[in-house]
This record gives sequence, structure tokens and C-alpha cells, in this order.
Amino acid sequence: MTLPSLLSALQFDEVRQRCGIVFVEWRVANDAEIHAEVAIDDVRPMVAALIEYGCRLAAVFAEDRSNADSGFLIYYVFESLRDQRFLLVRTSIPLNSPAFPSVAAEVPAVNWQEREIQDWFGLVAEGHPNPRRVALHDNWPEIHPLRKDFPIDTVLPPFEGEQHVYRPTLGEGVFQIPVGPVHAGIIEPGHFNFAVAGEPILYLQLRMFYTHKGIEKRFEQLPINRAVYLAESISGDSSFSHGTAFCQAIERAAGVEIPTRAKRMRTVLLELERLYNHVGDIGAIATDVGFGVANAHASRLRELILSVNEELSGSRLLRGVVCPGGVRHDWEPQQVEYCAEALGRFEWEFADLMQIIDGSDSTRDRLERTGFLDPQKARDLGIVGVAGRASGIDRDLRRDHPYAAYDEVPFEVPVYQEGDVLRRMRVRVDETLLSLWIIREMLTKLIPGPHCVAIPPLPPDCVAIGAVEGWRGEILHWIRTGSHGRLERCKIKDPSLNNWPALVEAVQGNIVPDFPVINKSFNLSYSGTDR
Amino acid sequence: MFHIFKKAAQTRLVTIGYPQEPARIPGHFRGAPRFEFSGWRDARPAADACPTGAIAIEKSAERRRVTIDYGLCIYCGQCAEADRSGAVKITRDFELAVRERGDLITIAEYLLEPDGMQKTLASLHKGLPSENDLLEPLEHKVQERIHKILGRSLAIREVDAGSCNGCEIEIGALNNPVYDLERLGIHFVASPRHADMLLVTGPVTRNMELALAKTYRATPEPKLVVAVGACGISGGIFGRNYATVGGVDTVVPVDVFIPGCPPRPHALLHGILLALGRMEQRVTKGHSASSEPFR
Ligand code: SF4
Repeated sequence: MTLPSLLSALQFDEVRQRCGIVFVEWRVANDAEIHAEVAIDDVRPMVAALIEYGCRLAAVFAEDRSNADSGFLIYYVFESLRDQRFLLVRTSIPLNSPAFPSVAAEVPAVNWQEREIQDWFGLVAEGHPNPRRVALHDNWPEIHPLRKDFPIDTVLPPFEGEQHVYRPTLGEGVFQIPVGPVHAGIIEPGHFNFAVAGEPILYLQLRMFYTHKGIEKRFEQLPINRAVYLAESISGDSSFSHGTAFCQAIERAAGVEIPTRAKRMRTVLLELERLYNHVGDIGAIATDVGFGVANAHASRLRELILSVNEELSGSRLLRGVVCPGGVRHDWEPQQVEYCAEALGRFEWEFADLMQIIDGSDSTRDRLERTGFLDPQKARDLGIVGVAGRASGIDRDLRRDHPYAAYDEVPFEVPVYQEGDVLRRMRVRVDETLLSLWIIREMLTKLIPGPHCVAIPPLPPDCVAIGAVEGWRGEILHWIRTGSHGRLERCKIKDPSLNNWPALVEAVQGNIVPDFPVINKSFNLSYSGTDR
Repeated sequence: MFHIFKKAAQTRLVTIGYPQEPARIPGHFRGAPRFEFSGWRDARPAADACPTGAIAIEKSAERRRVTIDYGLCIYCGQCAEADRSGAVKITRDFELAVRERGDLITIAEYLLEPDGMQKTLASLHKGLPSENDLLEPLEHKVQERIHKILGRSLAIREVDAGSCNGCEIEIGALNNPVYDLERLGIHFVASPRHADMLLVTGPVTRNMELALAKTYRATPEPKLVVAVGACGISGGIFGRNYATVGGVDTVVPVDVFIPGCPPRPHALLHGILLALGRMEQRVTKGHSASSEPFR
């Protein structure tokens, strides 16, 4: 056993005892969370120590508590393979010196997250290696929208054009290709700036947050039952996963366990979401290397799953189904039958599809060793989800922090070391088969019972986290309740936020015409990133 | 190769016949809500439940004014669940695209009982008057000309001006073999300079405002703009805030609005063909009119 994995075989409590950090507070909040506090000067040593003990820093975010006379708080969310709980360490920042120690140099995974805090809260990330704006573009005035004294309906003065200065890339024969924000396909907006020498890409600079629509601010003061719909609109292709993560946070805050039937129904729906996205991506990857026939079949299969979604939930994108306490509507036997039948057909058709794709050597040739993401880099950057598993990161919240009914279906997480487009497709193929199995298991176990329980009115200041392995990767929602059944704060972390830097790494040295397929193999959400 | 041919032979035709044939929609599809205005006793539960403010109430002395805006509705069905009187029903209607923003809005005014219940329906306005009502003869001429130029073959540039990607999923589906947009002579292009129509989703963010305006300017005349989804029409659940400016029509003129969250592919087809004058508007001033013809 190597050292890190030996050390990681510890629970948070043991880590705490051994790491030598003084925690001001350490409290087991519920069976999914430990809440802790450190002094601001201990943040850097604390992060370093926990990482050394194999914990992963999953998110960093801030909260304005000046209304409660507590200044600003910064939260560090840790996750460990050996502990089913999340560790949330907070530190408070005095109002008179609005700054916090940056850990981005040691943990590149939180690079954007810390800069977000700078932009949205006006707190300085001291020692950040690249403290430029990220979440608010350079043409925005000096505002900090997530501060409590900033009204959400503020009308900003007209903007000049975007003034972002990209890093220059110099050299003979080196030139830049700017792309976006409006792209050629039917996709979301973002700006890519390629520096190329001939065909190979030397360096890619990303400019995101074009679809920033103030979602986290919008959550504040929203009644909880309405907020579910906002959660469903964070990232269109992950509506159900985001909705579920949000509802889980609410349920945990309320200390409510949802009924078994609801858990299994949620599991079915979560896997259906994975299915339609995975099969769609497999087709899209095939298209991007010129294999249109495969995509025609894949998109047909995707339609099949969307029809199942609609039959089970009334919505092709599984919207308006999940609710705090369970799911909104129970299923009738015919609905379940429709689902089972359609999945039966999906299974053999999917096998045919993969036979067609695998039978094409030229396709394999284009995908193999394309867009290579080094496992070591992936670990350093904190890459999650499909992209992580294709680069050796053996993590899956369904297994590591089971929710819904995933504890009933133990499975092996598909992991590859090669880190190329082919393996990112392979992970999707393996997970598609896994999803089919999980859904089938769930459907057979779907015994009658209540599909929803009532959530009692929540008092102010309940905090909790919800975590879901969306089809793309780890989705986190953290909430604090306010008065009158409203929310005080909702922090959202979409997996895309972690994974954009992976794209930057993976495209280097590849030729520009391969960019679309590499990008597709990650298929990140702009809206989930930008919020 | 063999597998490809075998699969093709096995699969046969999968493309739907809509709009020449009626749409076949799964049994549990949730469409737009319908309101029984005359017998409605209490709009408050539905308005309270509505997550987007598509049902809004204003109260003055003994009156209540209820505004229903299909341009904000996300078809969640909460209103029908909350209103136990049966005055609100979820239908399977999806062909809701309209040419005028105001056509999506209905305003009902009630006289109230002392206990706050609605006594009688004092007035009902379906659809709001718009400037274009005055321009009608001229507008018609222009429209007919556009239909003549673009009606048979149309190039669309899709612009995501800030959406959650839900609308893009359904717009993308129009390209798949099931909906196969090209059978109607319509296709997506990569540049606004090649486009006849901009299909725009929203809410328009501050960061996309300029890009959208530039894309519009780059599109040659005559051009059509179709706003897609609750957010494209009105800002939807995000509304207007420091980071968004609201619906597409706050930035560029819009010819057709397609409600939905997201609109299903059939609804998108209906809206696109409506903009071309190849299908009829089903919602006239707030109520469904029966009209079939497809040209
Ligand atoms: S169906 Fe439409 S009107 Fe009814 S509650 Fe939902 S958004 Fe509001």
C-alpha cells in the first residue's frame, strides 16, 4: 500500500486527532456531515494537513453573515474515501479586513472558486496565483452581488464591450484563434482563445460566465418549494440531479428521511438522466469524428429514454418531479411497465450501436490517445465525474456517499488510466450498462408505499449539504434557511466548475480539428459553471 | 459495414409525421394549464403555488385582478394541484407559439366577497393590445413577402443568450432522425451571416446582450427572430436581475414567441412554421382556436 492510500484509510475523526490542527469547533451535525471551525490563520495548515491525509477539498465558498453580526464566513468542504460524511470547516473573516488566505497555489482545484468569492463578495484571496476576475467580466463595475446589502434587482449602467486581455502567446508562426461566445453549433456560449503553431494547439484560454444569471442570489429569499424549480434550471441536462441535490439538502436540514419508495423512484430517475445524456454523448463523439450513422442511432435511443422520462414524470427533461420529501407523483403500474419495456429495447439496441461503433477502426483511431488528460494532472486539478474516472480517479458519490437507494445496489466503478477521448466514451458505455442494471434492480424492488413525506417548516439557520453524482460528476448544494420558510443562501457547485481546467490540459498538443471531439468528450455545462 | 446496413434495414422509418399528422405524445405529458375563469372562486392558492409568477394577483378594495402569463409558465402543474376547486386544469396543449407577446397574457378581474373569495367575474381580457394592431395592413404585406422569400427553405442560427441549456437540448433534438427538421426545408447554419432566422433562448444575460445584438446585426434582411422558452420570452424563473435583462425582445425585435420550459420539439416546429406562415397560431388572444391547416 502506498503512503497516501494508507493515510486515507482514516475517518475524519482520526484525521483530526493526528493532523495536529486546533479546531475551535467539531460537531457531528448529522449522519452525513461534520461541522468544524478553525481560526483564519489555521486555514492553510488545515487544508494542507487534511490533503496529506488523503482528504479531497471538494469546494470552497463564502457567505455574508453581516446581518447576523458574524461578518463573512468561508467554508471548506472536504470529502474522504473512507468516510461517508462530508467535513465542512468554516472560518470567519472580520469585517475590518475582508481577506482570506488563498490555497489555490497548493490546490489548483479551487482556483476559480476562490476568484468567484473575490468577485461576488469582495473578499481578497490573499496569495492567489492568478487573482484576476473570473465570475464577473472585466467590463462590470465594481460590485459584489452576493453581499447582503446588494439588491438583486440593481440595474447596472450600460456595458462597454468585453475588455478581457488574454495572455499573449508569442513566437514565430504562433497565432491566435478566437472562438465565441456565440458558437457554430447548438451549444451554450463561452469564449475560447486558441494559441496555435500550425495545426497543434499550444495553449487554450477560456472565458466563461457568459450565462451568469445571478442564480445563487436568486435563491436568497425564495420560498423553498419554489426554489426547487430554480435548482432544476441550473443546468438543463442535469435538472433532476440538481433538483435532487437541493432537496437532499433541505431534507437533511429538516432531519427527514424520505420513504423507501421515494428513494428508489429517485434512483430510477437519476439513472434515466444519466442514460439519456450518456447515449447522446456517445453519439455526439461519433459525429465529431465523422460517424453520422452512429449518431443517428444514438439520438434515436436518446429519444426513447426521453419518452420514458416523459411517461414517468410528465417532462422530457425530468422537471417538476422531485420535491422536498420525495417525489411529487406516484407511478401507476402501466408507467413502470412502459419504462421496463422501453429499457429492454434500449438494451439490445444499445448493444447494436456499440457493435457499429466498435466495428469502425477509423473511429477508434481518431479517439484513442486524443485529448489525453494525465491522471496525475487530473488528481491535482480535482477533476470529477466521467472525466476523472477516465483518468484514473476512482470516485463516485453513488458509491462513496450513497444517497437515494444506491446503498441497495453496490457496484464497481468503471475506471480507466488512459485518459483519452476513447476512455471518456468507454466510461459512458460502462455506466450506461450499469444504469440499466440499477434501474432494473430498482423496478423489481419498487414495492408500494408512500412516495413523499411532509417536511416540517424549517426554522432559520438550518444548514445542510446535498450531494449527487450527476451524469457529469459531483453536484453539491449547500443551503442555509432564513425566516418564513425562505432560503438565506444556496451554494451550488456543478461538476463543470472543476472540469474546465481539464479541457485546457487535454487539448494541448492536439490539432484544432480535434477540439470539438475533445470538448464533447467532457461535455461540460456552461450554465452550471456560470450560474 | 455489415452491421450498419443490417441495423438500417432493421430500424426502418422513425421520423414523425408532425405537423402533417397529429403529434403522438406520451400519456403523462404535462402541457399548459387551462383556467375556468367564470367559476373561479379563489385564485390565491394557485398564485401562491406558481414558482414563476405566471399567475399573479393584485388586490384593490373589493376587486382582485388575476394576470395569467403563458410567457412565464414552465408547465409545472403546481397551480392545478394547489387549486382544489377544479378551476385550473393541466392540459396536453403545447402549440402555444404566438406572434404577439400580449397574446400570451390574460387578465381577469373579479369582484370579491367580504371573505376574500371571488364573487363574480367583472371583466376578462384575453391578449393585450399591441402597437402592431394598428399597423396591421402594412404588417401583413411585409409578412407575406417574408413568407414568400423564406417560406420554403429556411436557414436558422441558434443563439443561446443565457439559457440553462434545456432549450438547446430540445432544439438539438430537431436535428435527430425522429424530428428531422430538414424534411421541412429547414436547417441550422453555423453563422448568422448565412441565416434567415435567429432562434434565441434566454434569459438574455448582461454578458450576452451585446453578442446577441451583434449577431442580429450580422444577419441579413429579411430576417426573423423567434424567442424560445419561458426565459427567452420573459426571463422566466430567473426574471430580471443584476445579471439578466429579461426576455429576448428587450434586445432585438421578436417575430414569434414559443412558450415552454423547454418547449418540446413539436412545439418548436410549430413556432418556427408559424413564423414562416406555414402553420396557424392556435392561441388567439389568450384562448385556443381550432385551426388545422398546414401549408
Ligand atoms: S403550470 Fe404554469 S401557471 Fe401553473 S404553477 Fe406552473 S408555472 Fe405557474
